[in-house]
Amino acid sequence: MDDFAPASSRVAEIERVLPRETEFVRDLRNPNRFLVARKVFTDDQVLRAERDRVFNKCWIYVGHVSEIPRPGDFVAREVAGRPVLFTRNAQGEYRVLLNSCSHRGAEVCRERRGNQRRFRCFYHSWSFSNDGALVSMPDESGFPEGFRKEDHGLAQPYAVDDYRGFVFATFNPEQEPLVDYLADATYYLDLTADQAPGEAGMVVTAGTHEYSMRSNWKLLAENSSDGYHAIPVHKTYLDVQKTKGDTIAGSTDKDWKESHAFDLGNGHTVTVKQAPWGRPIARWKPSMGADTKEIVEASYERLVAANGKDRAELIANLDFNMLIFPNLVINNIMAVIIRTFYPQAPGELNVTAWSLAPGDEPAEARHVRNESFLSFLGPAGLATPDDNEALESCQRGYAARPGEGWNDVSRGMDKFDPPNWDELQMRTFWRRWDELMGGKA
Amino acid sequence: MIPAATEQLRSNKRTRTEVEDFLYYEAQLLDAWRLEEWRDLFTEDGTYLVPSTDNPEGDPVMDLALVDDDREGINGRVQRLMSTYAHIENPRSTTTRLITNVRVWDDDFGDLGAICNVMVTRSRVASSTTYAASVQYLLRPEGDSFRIAHKQAILGHHTLRHVGGVLSIII
Repeated sequence: MDDFAPASSRVAEIERVLPRETEFVRDLRNPNRFLVARKVFTDDQVLRAERDRVFNKCWIYVGHVSEIPRPGDFVAREVAGRPVLFTRNAQGEYRVLLNSCSHRGAEVCRERRGNQRRFRCFYHSWSFSNDGALVSMPDESGFPEGFRKEDHGLAQPYAVDDYRGFVFATFNPEQEPLVDYLADATYYLDLTADQAPGEAGMVVTAGTHEYSMRSNWKLLAENSSDGYHAIPVHKTYLDVQKTKGDTIAGSTDKDWKESHAFDLGNGHTVTVKQAPWGRPIARWKPSMGADTKEIVEASYERLVAANGKDRAELIANLDFNMLIFPNLVINNIMAVIIRTFYPQAPGELNVTAWSLAPGDEPAEARHVRNESFLSFLGPAGLATPDDNEALESCQRGYAARPGEGWNDVSRGMDKFDPPNWDELQMRTFWRRWDELMGGKA
Repeated sequence: MIPAATEQLRSNKRTRTEVEDFLYYEAQLLDAWRLEEWRDLFTEDGTYLVPSTDNPEGDPVMDLALVDDDREGINGRVQRLMSTYAHIENPRSTTTRLITNVRVWDDDFGDLGAICNVMVTRSRVASSTTYAASVQYLLRPEGDSFRIAHKQAILGHHTLRHVGGVLSIII
């Protein structure tokens, strides 16, 4: 198989993976079946265990270095259920600080982004540097003998690291190094980062999609690389692209060519294919408008010049939907989307999504990209709202048999090389999830 | 394009009542799901923009919006919403729009500028929500009415969380 296929794909799934049978997951052989207990989407205890065993154990995505380019820049956001500040200090190094005053716990910053040297808690005016150090507070002399400011900095994760500009943090003191954790996902992060051959690199553009769903967070992990749902759920998107002049067959096997699903290790998965839509980086389609053809072709030529023809071909034409366990989605589809999501309750999640684009992209090319992104993606796109409805509908449906019932995730389980519209990618997620959760037999 | 909010605004060409009549008509078409007629209110080069909730005054070319439709995009959006396969709007939401605080001015390029506040209640069996927005228009006088050359809805929300989760209707 091509070099984008990881070693795991050389052995059939059912021979590579041992069967398992726990309260949450049944991964059975002869016949091959894969079932997930519906209570994992509705149960408060399961969510409590997930916070501890999944979100507190894994490397969790924080942000992209391009979001805080200059010393003093910061963004505030939720990471692993915690309010954090992603900052750049005076020396230009990024930091991840917990946004909670060491004194009484109030947030030291209530803006979503900005540039400042100090974060001053408004409650008692304790002031912290963008490195997290406690710098000053009123009436310092009133604190008892032995009180040392250096003991009262903002708390930080156990480790913070980045791979090609994608920054992760972990709250687990025993977590392996990031690059080991990412395993074969690094290949696809490279393909993403290499889309910008110039010095500017790939950058997160301004404009964040912050939305929510009344569904369990794991349903979005499944949905983000679910090829099987694309035709029934996104018929209106495909129909509109057809109206705009694209050739779309409206069937999975005709529209998704060169399709595979891979286990990238540690629960990370990817589906690869050549999809029917255009890509602003290098695959022009009539729906993008005749006047944009030259812009897209020029972008492809830049890729060839920087990477050589074979690598440029991969960067340009290998569409993929990747899930980095547990909650980071990076999809190279009609545009590049970074999406992360956190449970608020078993049946509630918050989603944050960004567009990743070459930093030196000219305005005309950026316009093509944004149109392509919004034709499908985002909470007001022509496709994503219907995903919301599908996941919310599942969640409502689970109330039919409280605590009971099983989801079937068996599609393609007998195959050596299942395509993206089968479900190997979801089984890969679930196996890792169940391992971490330590589901009882 | 948009004058400062604190300026007194006045049009020498059309009265506010004429503009209000048009905005109420547009609201009625949207509430009635007569979206093809709504679409045809736009000029051939008409645009419909909804900036991202964290970037209301961003660069409409370089930044990511929630909606950034040219006329073809508007056509596609309407084609989708009229389909029974627009699952989140099937069954369709019931919407009720209130349009207030209408102000008009003469745009430098011959169009009429208008700005108003909009509240839209959206009800489904599963849930109900209310969207608030400041909506700006460039209206091109045509006969005794107008066509929409540009419509931009600045949402009065910091995120879409807990206001419907997503934005599947037209504001």
